[in-house]
Amino acid sequence: MKKTEEIFELLKTEFCEVILGLDKETPTEPIISVDSMQVHNVGAFLRDNDELNFDSLMVLSGVDDANGIKVKDEDGIDMISGGTLSVYYHLHSTSWKHKITLKISTPRQNPKVESVYNVWRTSDWHEREAFDMFGIIFLNHPDLRRILMPYDWEAGYPLRKDYKNPEFYKGMKVPY
Amino acid sequence: MGLLDKEFSDGNIVIAKVDDLMNWARLSSIWQLGFGLACCAIEMMATSASHYDFDRFGVIPRNTPRQADAIIISGTVTLKMATRIKRLYEQMPDPKYIISMGSCANCGGPYWEHGYHVLKGIDRVIPVDVYVPGCPPRPEALLEGLLKLQEKIRNESLRKKTA
Repeated sequence: MKKTEEIFELLKTEFCEVILGLDKETPTEPIISVDSMQVHNVGAFLRDNDELNFDSLMVLSGVDDANGIKVKDEDGIDMISGGTLSVYYHLHSTSWKHKITLKISTPRQNPKVESVYNVWRTSDWHEREAFDMFGIIFLNHPDLRRILMPYDWEAGYPLRKDYKNPEFYKGMKVPY
Repeated sequence: MGLLDKEFSDGNIVIAKVDDLMNWARLSSIWQLGFGLACCAIEMMATSASHYDFDRFGVIPRNTPRQADAIIISGTVTLKMATRIKRLYEQMPDPKYIISMGSCANCGGPYWEHGYHVLKGIDRVIPVDVYVPGCPPRPEALLEGLLKLQEKIRNESLRKKTA
């Protein structure tokens, strides 16, 4: 069983600048930040290293950090410009019984992350959900399409902080 | 209404209005589409099971809309599901009846404000005959809803469909 600090040091020696930092000031577990284009390599290392053996991706979740500037578009509707969207990976080792949390951030205007589908198959539907709700593009995902909302949903990504629900969907009134 | 009180003495002939006869047949065998959506569906299944016994009112779940007389909208209707429900409703043969079960199907329920994915009332898509309130309604409430529907069918006329 390893502490997050030890895992962080291991990753740092293996990947150098790909590992962006360790945040220990969180109310829950410490979070390791990773480069969004290298997260699949970091994941493969975490899974295959005998001392770490993170064989289980418990959950993958998207987050809208809403840390951009609030602006109004031409119709006077509040929008968020700039800032980031994040993806959190909660990992668990069933043999060593230790856990860590990985995090990547990606620009809100063009959110792209490498998929970890080839490391943990669990991530298949989790990534589809993060795509559905936040519009985060997971590169090299085999089947990245909406999972919960209708396939022809054109009103955007519902869990973004500046999401506006449409008036109608296929002739059905949506607001109360 | 009563059909047997118009019985003749030899017991082989009964006189009744065609309306009454048709209505009696319809309300006594409301075959429902075997279709559940959310937590209300659990109550609906409990109603079908032996303790509350939907079958004693002639309600049998059917596996295809083409053999169903009624559909019980038992739960939250998402916008994605609403298009499917409309299709199911259109596949049912006339006469067809709809019971809207629970707050979600009636008006959106707890999702009325922030449910970006929820249709706020199934009556925005298909015409509802009976609304059963509750979250979820107890089996007794659903039974009462069914009795209300039977009452409605009992007063129907062949010339004019009311329910």
